Amino acid sequence: MSCCAPGSDVAFGLDPESRADEIRLASRVVGDGVRQTDLSVPGIHCGGCIHRIETALQALPGVDSARVNLSGKRATIRWTSETPPPFVATLRDIGYEAHLYDIKADAKDTTLAALIRALAVAGFAASNIMLLSVSVWAGADGATRDLFHWLSALIALPALAYSGRIFFRSAWSVLRHGHTNMDVPISIGVCLAFGLSLYETFHHGSHAYFDASISLLFFLLIGRTLDHMMRERARTAVTGLARLATRGALVQRADGTRDYLPVGEIMPGMTILLAAGERVPVDAKVVSGQSDIDRSLLTGESVPVPAHAGALLQAGTLNLTGSLSIIATAAANESFLAEMMRLMEAAESGRSSYRRIADRAARLYAPVVHSVALLTCIGWWLATGDAHLAITIAIAVLIITCPCALGLAVPMVQVVAARRLFELGILLKDGGALERLAEIDTVVFDKTGTLTLGEPRLLNRDSLDPEALRIAAAMASHSRHPYSRALAAARTADLPALAANDVSEYPGCGMEAHIGPHTYRLGRAAWALNPAAANDARSADVVLARDGLMLAGFSFEDRLRDGAREAIADIARVGLSVEVLSGDRDETVRRLAGQLGVGHLAEVSPAGKVDHIATLEASGRKVLMVGDGLNDAPALAAAHASMAPASAADVGRNAADLVFLHESLRAVPQAMKIARAAARLVQQNLGLAIIYNVVAVPVAVLGYVTPLIAAIAMSSSSVIVIANALRLPGPRARKVAETASPATATLSSARS
Amino acid sequence: MNNFLYLVPIALGLGLVGLVAFMWALRSGQYDDLDGAAERILFDDDRPLPEQRGTPTQHHAGQ
Repeated sequence: MSCCAPGSDVAFGLDPESRADEIRLASRVVGDGVRQTDLSVPGIHCGGCIHRIETALQALPGVDSARVNLSGKRATIRWTSETPPPFVATLRDIGYEAHLYDIKADAKDTTLAALIRALAVAGFAASNIMLLSVSVWAGADGATRDLFHWLSALIALPALAYSGRIFFRSAWSVLRHGHTNMDVPISIGVCLAFGLSLYETFHHGSHAYFDASISLLFFLLIGRTLDHMMRERARTAVTGLARLATRGALVQRADGTRDYLPVGEIMPGMTILLAAGERVPVDAKVVSGQSDIDRSLLTGESVPVPAHAGALLQAGTLNLTGSLSIIATAAANESFLAEMMRLMEAAESGRSSYRRIADRAARLYAPVVHSVALLTCIGWWLATGDAHLAITIAIAVLIITCPCALGLAVPMVQVVAARRLFELGILLKDGGALERLAEIDTVVFDKTGTLTLGEPRLLNRDSLDPEALRIAAAMASHSRHPYSRALAAARTADLPALAANDVSEYPGCGMEAHIGPHTYRLGRAAWALNPAAANDARSADVVLARDGLMLAGFSFEDRLRDGAREAIADIARVGLSVEVLSGDRDETVRRLAGQLGVGHLAEVSPAGKVDHIATLEASGRKVLMVGDGLNDAPALAAAHASMAPASAADVGRNAADLVFLHESLRAVPQAMKIARAAARLVQQNLGLAIIYNVVAVPVAVLGYVTPLIAAIAMSSSSVIVIANALRLPGPRARKVAETASPATATLSSARS
Repeated sequence: MNNFLYLVPIALGLGLVGLVAFMWALRSGQYDDLDGAAERILFDDDRPLPEQRGTPTQHHAGQ
């Protein structure tokens, strides 16, 4: 599969000219005069990319060093010059989109480092103790056996103290609050096994369980580390995609000076100069200028709205066509975005707390195992009157039942599932999400940006006069308005592009150009046409007029996301109900829902979306919310499980449990299929772990367990569980190639 | 039996050397980009890791 596909559908990179300040603001001082910038470059996918990027960046004057991290798809650049060298423009020239990487969101993963160190120590200790144990099993006795036991104890003690901390700490923290989790029986089992073995060694006993206690730690740490790595990988991949959120804005002071201030320092009342193509940093009011505002991320509206003096703008909306002078009406932490965050937190706290299956198993497991051990102890003591024997056998029960297989049963399956999902371009945030996804019975889609791409497409291209389209395309290529982009893209390739002179854009109205003696206007009918001819426009969204007379009318439609139809058909086939929930106008939503044959609800506010989901959940449904915008974020947080495309707003992506990188919406049924297969395997694994215990516990209770039997039983049960997890069906390479959208495929070949 | 007296410490010592070597490699950032390392081996020119001067991936002293 092509790893560079993720970059294709991720939104805009940095605008090199205006963003030198942004880069400077985001860089950090790392030494005398050396600053460091981290860029996220989603297009990095092979050794060739590394080499090209590093060579190009190092050739820039002022660059000290450039280093690419392929796993994280990042570039780290150290530079010494006054102003930042043009990294982003350089990368764009060689074909890579780059975004500033928020290093704060990526505070080094100390947990993983600690886990790997603990794992290394446990592995070292386990292998060495096992070497000594094999000699004991092979028949060493007397002084040799004692020596080997002492040596084992010597190795086991520091390893237990160092590697076991991870379990002890977690067990202690839940015990203090009167709860229990899987770490409690693990800690008790491991510590008791060590204590018993030490006692035996002191008294020249023949059975010491040092090997069992340390290899148990080793196996469990493998499960723990895999679990953590999977989540961490998804998390960094998600933050690595971080689209450049507005970090600052150009503020005009009362005395006329201009400063580039970070968003956090912008106070209500400040005047901000907002260029075309910039996002509105905080809620603000327009003072002067005219433009079109793209609100699709916030409200789901697919058509930009015009903004004049006096209009109120919400933070996060995109200024498309003209420069604006705006006055901040709220600080960043009181803006629309912050409001959404509050709504989201409320929704999250309202979500019935889901217990992961491993925790549920642990709740049953610990009391059962501990009472069996206790009963064994009492039974043997009553039967033989030998307290030492009774305690030894009881501890053997604890060792043999220590949840080795159980500890691996769930994370192993989830790691394999996450891997399979990753191959399909789907990132999984945590294992619990996979379990929740398997239970879904209702799927709710957002419209703009999810079912559709949020990019309009020219609808009536075939019925248009090619000459008119050619003129319109030439004019449209001067504008950022979504309709203009669609028009420019729709130009017939075999006609040469027309050079339009003297094109000017009238924000909120359209474009004007002079070709020969004529004045052409492309835009709203009311503006482009003579009042007398205004009725000609009919239903067209945009018209092209020559000297006030209509030449052509253009209708647009938001383009359906690739695979949307198939995805909905797939979901409906397995008997789940599907609906569309959108903030867009009723008419648009109705048309789309009609095409797809699903129920719909239009003009829903963000809070309304949450309410709708809550109503569904209250009636016993398990809802999967698929959405992308800021306005979906609270609903994503409220739903039982949630998915978002990689092109989603940061907040939406962070709220979602799964993020899909490819354009195709088929990722949704694919993810659900894998989740269901994973849920089946988890059940099988838990079943295997139970069968193992049903066989092993009677043997242990009857006192037949020796260290050798314990070692064999534990490792074989772990291996069986791991092997079963690997059975999870995955996509063949061929299938992946099919699911990658044509756009990404061309892109990969262009880049590689 | 007497052989153990030096064989066992040697065995343990070698294991410890391996453990320490792994810890060192981990700490010096050699495991930070495994995919990248696999590709870099094919490059003609050799570019070592930049010196560890407040490397962001290791510690955040620079902030």
